[in-house]
Amino acid sequence: MTMISHVLAANSLITAFAAVGILMWISGAISKYLTFGRIHGSAIAIMLGLLLAFFGGIATGGEKGVADLPALTGIGLMGGAMLRDFAIVATAFEVDVVHARKAGLIGAVALGLGTVVPFILGVFVAAVFGYTDAISLTTIGAGAVTYIVGPVTGAAIGASSPVIALSIATGVFKAVIVMIGTPFVAKMIGLNNPRSAMVFGGLMGTVSGVSGGLAATDRRLVPYGALTATFHTGLGCLVAPSILYFAVRAITGG
Amino acid sequence: MTISGVALLAICTLLGGLLGDLLGVALGVRANVGGVGIAMMFLIAARLWLVRHKLLSHGLKTGVEFWGSFYIPIVVAMAAQQNVVAAAKGGPIVIIAGAGAVAVCFAMVALIGKLSGRVETMDEIEAREALEASVPHFKSGRVA
Repeated sequence: MTMISHVLAANSLITAFAAVGILMWISGAISKYLTFGRIHGSAIAIMLGLLLAFFGGIATGGEKGVADLPALTGIGLMGGAMLRDFAIVATAFEVDVVHARKAGLIGAVALGLGTVVPFILGVFVAAVFGYTDAISLTTIGAGAVTYIVGPVTGAAIGASSPVIALSIATGVFKAVIVMIGTPFVAKMIGLNNPRSAMVFGGLMGTVSGVSGGLAATDRRLVPYGALTATFHTGLGCLVAPSILYFAVRAITGG
Repeated sequence: MTISGVALLAICTLLGGLLGDLLGVALGVRANVGGVGIAMMFLIAARLWLVRHKLLSHGLKTGVEFWGSFYIPIVVAMAAQQNVVAAAKGGPIVIIAGAGAVAVCFAMVALIGKLSGRVETMDEIEAREALEASVPHFKSGRVA
């Protein structure tokens, strides 16, 4: 037993790869067999991650979720700011500027609204719940944009871990509702043509939420929604820790 | 070479981080202002330049795309190391902010759709394309 834990602890990053991989397999199976593909495996994996962090925190009394367990310290490195920013930047490589032009003005308007409107709403809700400092307000607001923009913003402006956890959970919850709810409201919001799919992608943002929701509505609409949604995270990471943060700071005064 | 892709990604990330920090200093805040977003723009620009000069090799692509495909697992690891015990006290925020954001955005999809007028639905597009395909056309003087 001590030998096993020694090997795990000595190869902490490799252990983290294995642990996260196993978690993703389990999530994929849950997605396929329990939700019949309705909820994307990645969203389930992130929720399980948060759940494990909760139990890890209770077990160790620490502040870093499962990364406080000696065998799983590698999770701290794998999910730390360094590798996270590295991987997020890499996703921009799939952005094709030629495709972006196809979305045109209406896509750009939807993207802008899809960033600013959820942000304002998130800031308001956080304020109602008693947060008064600009850093926490901005981080929770950014979480309402997507579960990536939240932690990236939080790390950039120096938010505390509980606030970052809240912003991730808010973004994941949003993605899950988009996945489940879209087929039910599709008719009501006129989601039956490529243009409205592009508007939808720009407004909702989360690629997993948008592609999951559109796939359940009408498979043919997925590429149009994904087209605008791919720009959403980049735009959010750009404006949330800058313009939006300054706007919140100007209002709260510090 | 795979390393050229990884190195390109690393250089873009570092430059973005540096500019974000500089911007923070210039604006008088102790924060990295939009560094990740700036790095993404560098990478998009680099890709455009590489494609234009026909330098986008398979190895280079592999190097960047590997890390791009690693993004969800890394986010899972990030979620697993947050202070969720402390966050759980703020529980209702998650539900209200998450559900509120989705509801407002659904409404705006409907609104933008209404404001910008009617367009062909996916079914109509497919019906039209099927019709066009079945009718022979003589545009270039040959029977298609």
